[in-house]
Amino acid sequence: MEMDLSRAVKLARIELTPEEEQRLAPQLGEVLQYVEKLNELDVSDVEPTAHATPLSNVMREDEPRESLSQEEALRNAPKTANGLFVVPKIVE
Amino acid sequence: MAHFLTIHQLLEQLRAGELSSREATQACLDRVEKVDDRLNAFISVDAADALAQADAADQSRAAGEDLPMLGVPVAVKDVLAVKDQPLNCASKILGEFNSPYDATVIQKLRAAGAVVFGRLNMDEFAMGSSNENSAFGPARNPWNTDCIPGGSSGGSAVAVAADECIASLGSDTGGSIRQPAALCGCVGLKPTYGRVSRYGLVAFASSLDQVGPFTKDVRDAATLLQVIAGSDDRDSTNVPEPVPDYSAALSGEVKGLRIGLPREYQVQGMDPEVKAATDAAVKQLESLGAEVKEISLPHTEYAIATYYIIATAEASANLARFEGVRYGARLDGADPEEMNRKTRGAGFGEEVKRRIILGTYVLSSGYYDAYYLRAQKVRTLIRQDFLKAFEEVDLIASPTTPTPAFKIGEKVGDPLQMYLSDIYTISCNLAGLCGISVPCGFSEAGLPIGLQLLGKPFGEPDLLRAAHAYEQATDWHTHRPNLD
Repeated sequence: MEMDLSRAVKLARIELTPEEEQRLAPQLGEVLQYVEKLNELDVSDVEPTAHATPLSNVMREDEPRESLSQEEALRNAPKTANGLFVVPKIVE
Repeated sequence: MAHFLTIHQLLEQLRAGELSSREATQACLDRVEKVDDRLNAFISVDAADALAQADAADQSRAAGEDLPMLGVPVAVKDVLAVKDQPLNCASKILGEFNSPYDATVIQKLRAAGAVVFGRLNMDEFAMGSSNENSAFGPARNPWNTDCIPGGSSGGSAVAVAADECIASLGSDTGGSIRQPAALCGCVGLKPTYGRVSRYGLVAFASSLDQVGPFTKDVRDAATLLQVIAGSDDRDSTNVPEPVPDYSAALSGEVKGLRIGLPREYQVQGMDPEVKAATDAAVKQLESLGAEVKEISLPHTEYAIATYYIIATAEASANLARFEGVRYGARLDGADPEEMNRKTRGAGFGEEVKRRIILGTYVLSSGYYDAYYLRAQKVRTLIRQDFLKAFEEVDLIASPTTPTPAFKIGEKVGDPLQMYLSDIYTISCNLAGLCGISVPCGFSEAGLPIGLQLLGKPFGEPDLLRAAHAYEQATDWHTHRPNLD
């Protein structure tokens, strides 16, 4: 089974070389075919599990706490200016 | 020779004043120097920082202080944040990243007096079963350097098995602690989901990830788990369940403990030597007084498919943060989208790309219900299988892996075959259980074999009790690879 990668690749924002695309398509197709296995089961009356713990929302008081300084938060960014992250131009 | 010691042996010598933390730390660093060019367990080591911590530990001890791990060198998988140290997740995409803070488990290690050192090799972003998906080259099995050490926490297992550290930390999303521990011949424990904080652990699949210890014996696993377990208000999935005294569980007593053998785990493809070794281990537990009975986990055959949908879906969301803006390397583009695409295309390795694309696909509109929602429902069935089984038994025993370590390169071109080797470890994460792998023999080729025990949620004491009793009755955990 060949998988049409183009939409997922675009959504995932990953540039693939043509060679990578050629390799990945059949590999992912094979995995998708394998997971079709789940269609053998009737799950119409089954609730989904998102987490294996019984926890629901955990809340705390909305009080300010110590956090990273601006300098620390920016120190690993590839490009910064005036305490901000710099990105390529979005609006002309 | 201090690097050969276990945590409890080293602590005994430190407390008796026979050895200093500096000597023990230096012994580990020397060992890394001597063997790691062959093994590649460490991505980097900051020796000066390690020795400074060791000196501080020695000073504290001289001042009369004692702590649960004071002066014990512990190495860390390259997925946990250690303040002012590099963090790469064995990927190119993080560039020169340097952590601005300590993960909670690292804070806890420091509070217990441990010397935290080294960045341990792994599969990129913890995705893999062989440590071959590392941008820093594969780690190698110390028992045979042509073989994989397992993954994703390959470096964590190798460093302990080769005595390059006293103990280490790794993370386990579908077997990434237990599988490499089995293949390298050390003890690896995956705590119950919610038992250990994930704060400062780079997320792969948030509903499955858990941090845990690699150690040279079960007593050490109890000690290290004791240090890192407990609630953390910075991780909302942490369960505020009291932490029991794990070493109290090491009574050597397994009389009446009920151990289940899943009928469905007798699959084709299980290596006969692995089967023989684990069958013998179960017999041993039975002779020590445990009750062994067959159980059924009817949805076993669906676990791998369920896992590879849920884990990749969560990964595709978690790894969206690596976009070239906030951290790591950036490749320029005419607009932000092109910059993201190029940065991610060049920065991620192939397995990570495969999983992000698969995860994006199963979450995308039109496919969400058919894949992701269905997998979440099957996850419920898998979990119910285990909860039902645990009404009849206290623990579940199986091999940790279907085969001993395979050769480097053997499965690289076939991701599905690689995924299928996770059959015994994956359900534990889906069901939110705890699990341990302990050495239980060797293949004729001299490769380690692991016995896996699974426990109910927060059943770590039973897990440790049985693993310890087994270990006391055997000497597999004392075997060491010859690296001289």
